[in-house]
Amino acid sequence: MNTQKTSVAIRDLGLSFGSVNVLNRLNLDIYQGEFLVLLGSSGCGKSTLLNCIAGLLDVTEGQIFIQGKNVTWAQPSERGIGMVFQSYALYPQMTVKGNLSFGLKNQRMAKAEIKERVARAAEVLQIEPLLKRKPAALSGGQRQRVAIGRALVRDVDVFLFDEPLSNLDAKLRTDLRVELKRLHQQLGNTMIYVTHDQVEAMTLADRIAIMKDGVMQQLADPNTIYSKPCNKYVADFIGSPSMNFFRGDITNNAFTLGEKTVDLVGYDFKAQYSGGAWFGIRPEHVCVAEQAKSCDFNAQVVVDIVEPMGSDTLVWTTLAGEPFRFRIEGQTDMKHGDTVTVGFNVARASLFDVDNEVRV
Amino acid sequence: MSDTHLAEPSGPKPKKVLCRTNIMLYGTLIIVSMYYLLPLYVMVVTSLKGMPEIRMGNIFAPPMEITYQPWVKAWSQACTGINCDGLSRGFWNSVRILIPSCVLSIVIASVNGYALARWRFKGSELFFGILIIGAFIPYQTMLYPLVIILRELKLMGSIWGLVLVHTVFGMPILTLLFRNYFASIPEDLHKAARVDGAGFWTIYFKIMVPMSLPIFVVALILQVTGIWNDFLFGVIYTKPDTYPMTVQLNNIVNSVQGIKEYNVNMAATLLTGAVPLILYFVSGKLFVRGIAAGAVKG
Repeated sequence: MNTQKTSVAIRDLGLSFGSVNVLNRLNLDIYQGEFLVLLGSSGCGKSTLLNCIAGLLDVTEGQIFIQGKNVTWAQPSERGIGMVFQSYALYPQMTVKGNLSFGLKNQRMAKAEIKERVARAAEVLQIEPLLKRKPAALSGGQRQRVAIGRALVRDVDVFLFDEPLSNLDAKLRTDLRVELKRLHQQLGNTMIYVTHDQVEAMTLADRIAIMKDGVMQQLADPNTIYSKPCNKYVADFIGSPSMNFFRGDITNNAFTLGEKTVDLVGYDFKAQYSGGAWFGIRPEHVCVAEQAKSCDFNAQVVVDIVEPMGSDTLVWTTLAGEPFRFRIEGQTDMKHGDTVTVGFNVARASLFDVDNEVRV
Repeated sequence: MSDTHLAEPSGPKPKKVLCRTNIMLYGTLIIVSMYYLLPLYVMVVTSLKGMPEIRMGNIFAPPMEITYQPWVKAWSQACTGINCDGLSRGFWNSVRILIPSCVLSIVIASVNGYALARWRFKGSELFFGILIIGAFIPYQTMLYPLVIILRELKLMGSIWGLVLVHTVFGMPILTLLFRNYFASIPEDLHKAARVDGAGFWTIYFKIMVPMSLPIFVVALILQVTGIWNDFLFGVIYTKPDTYPMTVQLNNIVNSVQGIKEYNVNMAATLLTGAVPLILYFVSGKLFVRGIAAGAVKG
């Protein structure tokens, strides 16, 4: 990531359809060469934001700058962006070559230049043998590559991706994800990527912006988002299976968890806090058996359901009257009805204020 | 394998040809198609007979002596009023009305539909609503106002006046047709084209039209049959020299002077019906494809 130079800047952006506010005074700075992922569940406004940046939707208020230029009122084609859609949106009646050169022809570019650019993009994406084919004769992965190529030939500063991998099967998605990352390293362009898939977000992003109801919840690198979520929504959204939550009170630097108390000495408080709180701990941060004994907190639980997944195993139990999941290594002989000792360190936990659900 | 039990079910289930379902199904189909085809058969047979044979009264009997004279007479000699050059005059009038009306209405309606489906503007829904209401107003209420409008435009009685009327009356249904079809084309395609720097007309000609062949065929069939079969507008807004074929057919068949030449009448009717009939045969498949619109995917 380049440290300072801003590529895309969004200032007080707002968008409403009638009385519905889809985006609410949004501010966002995206650095040159950064891979930013907009993450959120459906209907959170992430695609809308991307469409606003692309110029496909007119904003109700605020400004958008791309490469220092105010493009708030500019046409999509004048903004220096390329966009890749979830449905690929290839022109079905044109060949791959026609698809790639359509945008360039609209710019009235010289034929030789078009040819050169198409050839270069085809080489980067390894789609040279497909140039004469129609989109209908391509597989999903090939179509997506052509769609990326269409953005690539235009030699733009900013790439916009609108859930580009959601229509592909699981294996292909994993392959293309890696390829996208490689492409980003190779090209060094600014990329803004919309997805609802947290794995894509975690693996691809330099920074993740988590959105909910048109408001940015947290903007940080994947590691911070994962280990120090700024509120309960983010904590719950990131991680699969999601975080275990317990409702309780913090008094004298200790959390009451059912009949037990958890000593919070190891927890990195933002400020001194006492009162109602949510205590959250990720399933993968729970220790079992011998390891659990050396943790800040431990307890006995009865195994309810065991879900072996090969590389690891997910165990469902109940702790202090709440469902409690934890993840252990793949090979285990744990079964329904067993009693095990579980424990965790408070340094890995997250605490949220009950009233506003903000991290404390 | 040798130990397969032959008596037990294995492989495809044997089908009985003469079972109750088949008899009911095909029996109904045959009866219904006979019911519809019989009049056509009578017309064809009668048009190939001479008058003496017709007077014998066996309308279902095939012609004993085939004669094409009635067809020739219907096409080039039958009299309507003072003109005795048969249906050919009406045919060419109809062609001259049909081609510009079809082209104009389809071109305008497709652009309308495209704009209403993809370039929403303030009040576009209202505009569309008003247009659709046009499809529900009975034509009769508009006949006289149109006479006045055409008179003021000095188009009354000319072929171009009728072309204008057909173009306007085709607009609601065709716009609806095109709007719905274009709306079924993924919006992402439209967005991608806009990012690629294509404007209103580039997207229309390079993206939308090439993807919409089936709906253009449907529109063409609707317009050709509708305009060709039109009688009401033809009889009101044109004059004897410019009467379309349907009006002329009526004048030949309903003429009260002299003897009724049934064979000529039948031949004339078949000639008039030939254009839509041939169109249906030729374009049947495309028509079905277009009606089941949205079936074409990239």
